[in-house]
Amino acid sequence: MRMDTDRLIRTLAADNGYRAPPVGYALMLALLAAAPVSLLMFFTELGIRPDVMIAMRNPFFDLKFAVTLALAIAAIAVSLHLSRPEASLRGFGWLLVIPAGILTAGIGGEMMMPQRLPMMTRLVGKNSWICMTAIPLLSLPILAAALMGLRHGAPSRPAVAGAVAGMLSAGLAATLYASHCTDDSPLFVATWYTLATALVTAIGALAGSKLLRY
Amino acid sequence: MRERDDEWTGLMRSAISGDSAAYHRLLKAVTPVLRAAARRGLARSGQPVDQSEDIVQDILLAVHLKRHTWDVNAPFAPWLFAIARNKLIDALRRRGRRIFVDIDDFAETLPGEAPAETASASEVAAQLQTLPARQRDVLQSIAVESASIKDTAAKFSMSEGAVRVALHRALTSLTAKLREQ
Repeated sequence: MRMDTDRLIRTLAADNGYRAPPVGYALMLALLAAAPVSLLMFFTELGIRPDVMIAMRNPFFDLKFAVTLALAIAAIAVSLHLSRPEASLRGFGWLLVIPAGILTAGIGGEMMMPQRLPMMTRLVGKNSWICMTAIPLLSLPILAAALMGLRHGAPSRPAVAGAVAGMLSAGLAATLYASHCTDDSPLFVATWYTLATALVTAIGALAGSKLLRY
Repeated sequence: MRERDDEWTGLMRSAISGDSAAYHRLLKAVTPVLRAAARRGLARSGQPVDQSEDIVQDILLAVHLKRHTWDVNAPFAPWLFAIARNKLIDALRRRGRRIFVDIDDFAETLPGEAPAETASASEVAAQLQTLPARQRDVLQSIAVESASIKDTAAKFSMSEGAVRVALHRALTSLTAKLREQ
């Protein structure tokens, strides 16, 4: 059969009735589908720390959630923005700086308070290895789902879009992990959470450059 | 230029709210611009310009399947040209050449450029053969015989909904096959 451009156009016009859902909707469904998987992994392997009721009175425990949720929410907003073909990071990239800003403020706050433990001890913590493995592992189902959802979009830079999807999943996974981890120092968060997030971001960039092309 | 862009944006808004005739007019209107840009891109990377029609069809399919990423409050032309540039770069890269794509390629129309008469069937046509029979029949009926959805449904004793689904699936899998080439 010959398919010249006029015929193709006629065919596309005939398909005009088909309505694809917006990318945000597809992303939300995908994340909702992945959430039980990560939650199951978290509660079977890690679980919330036993002293959580006391920990909640520590502002540095709460700060961890402010940082990880700020990262997740900013990355979701940037992901949706980048799913439009004409969009670039310009004007939106600064959103991703917000979690870093909160964290920096937290480090400053901690510095001004009297501490029982020396700085290096707080930075190294007790859970660095678990942190570095748990956050990437918990984020994998979320990253896979986020990429599936974002495939409905049309990003001009698939690797960048994939990297932001990586940050999104690391932010959500770190929110779970933060409720397990007994290291609350912003110095610990700035070191190990950041390394774990960087790893997931790199995986996201790599996967995105393959999966998010359209 | 401004007028043209406004007209496109208006047509796309009508199309999104269900006006298929406006959508048809829009695709007809953008095609010469896309064709001219594809030819310029091919020429600049030392490729035969008669392959431009494959690129045009590739762009049109992407525009169609990604139109939900267009923001109805934004102008249409920048969105269209972003998709076109992406597909043009992809197409030139697939042909293994250095890429030269200018933003200016899309800025101006060279009117009156007719589609190239190529001896070989287009890439889209070649991929049609690999579709499941039902999808191919529906596509053939609508594309080649210009039958409506309704007539196509009657001809194959399908519901109109089933014809719509088959048509959309056919276009989606065609696009996927073109991308995997």
